[in-house]
Amino acid sequence: MSFLGTRAAVKSYGPTPALRGVTVDVAEGEILAVTGPSGCGKSTLLHCLAGIMPVDAGEVFYRGRRIDTTSEEERARLRRTEFGVLFQFGQLVAELTAAENVALPLLLAGARRRDARTAALAWLDRLGVADLADQRPGTMSGGQQQRCALARALVTEPRVLFADEPTGALDTLAGEQVLGQLVRLAREQRTTVVLVTHDARVAGYADREVTLRDGVVDPTGLGIAAVRR
Amino acid sequence: MSTPHVLLGLLAIGPKHGYDLKRDYDLRLPKAKPLPYGQVYATLGRLERDGLVVRAGQDREAGPDRTSYAITPSGQAALDTWLSAVEPPLPHLNSVLLAKVIITLLVADLSRARDYLSRQRQAHAARLRELTAVKTDPTASVADVIAADYGINHLDADLRWLRTTLDRVVDLHREVTAR
Repeated sequence: MSFLGTRAAVKSYGPTPALRGVTVDVAEGEILAVTGPSGCGKSTLLHCLAGIMPVDAGEVFYRGRRIDTTSEEERARLRRTEFGVLFQFGQLVAELTAAENVALPLLLAGARRRDARTAALAWLDRLGVADLADQRPGTMSGGQQQRCALARALVTEPRVLFADEPTGALDTLAGEQVLGQLVRLAREQRTTVVLVTHDARVAGYADREVTLRDGVVDPTGLGIAAVRR
Repeated sequence: MSTPHVLLGLLAIGPKHGYDLKRDYDLRLPKAKPLPYGQVYATLGRLERDGLVVRAGQDREAGPDRTSYAITPSGQAALDTWLSAVEPPLPHLNSVLLAKVIITLLVADLSRARDYLSRQRQAHAARLRELTAVKTDPTASVADVIAADYGINHLDADLRWLRTTLDRVVDLHREVTAR
């Protein structure tokens, strides 16, 4: 059993199947890109791996244990302490400053306010946005917001970072800077990364790529059906 | 790549020996094919014949040819013309990849075409990862990043084209088999 993965994971939204028996393995410290055309199930796979969404059938495991059969409390603990998530947009709390946003996961985990702020400022500094600490998201560019969101995803020093189209809303250069930092920090911290993207250039930052097509792993990597239904 | 113009451009920075020109060429166009010495001297010979460069001095030290060359006003004019000329935005219709895909589709069945395209895609994706590593290396120069970007974006275009091609083939196949 690998560090993180699924066995024959199945997930449907009502009558619509999203995952139709997906088996993936992610090694510790690996940066895995999950690619494929829109609607192929890649975001659903990420949500299932991160314990955000339950599977209908099959298994999800993490560090030798099944997490699809554990309690919701246990999954919530994993999401708080072991996993970090970064989405395309809309993640920062608009009413809070950058530093307050980044400190939030630590406060939720019971850290003292002053310690949480110190750690948040250090992470904003590592991402080159220390000068934005007291600004609210509304006054920042998309790239700056995404760096703050990355700081917030990493502030708890998670073992696994789940990133779903993390640069999908950014222009090429801003996206590249965010990705460059994400990969550099992940390698420094030996963080495992699951990176969902439809863009081959983003997948180029990963060690390895798994392509989904119609809710199954496509071994050809081409992401198309042999003969469409 | 227009080697004569690139050499003129490098000489426009200042006079150089053939050896320095080769080194500068390989350094500034890092992902281009290294320039053979023979080609440097043959090109310099032609540029000199055409009055675009002149010999600017000779070192008497032992070792390889140490004649240095300088760009002339006509050379500078030729360089300026080249730099300001818009390149025709031709698609890469002479690409071996395109030829192979078309011939594969003509002579092979769908599963063989898929197999070939799948392996070609893996090779492209592997190269894309290599170039991304070049680009994100903290010691990468601006020239490295720009050259890597050029490669990455062309590979990405090829990959999207491969996928569209296969989609088309599958559609045609379905159309034919449905009759």
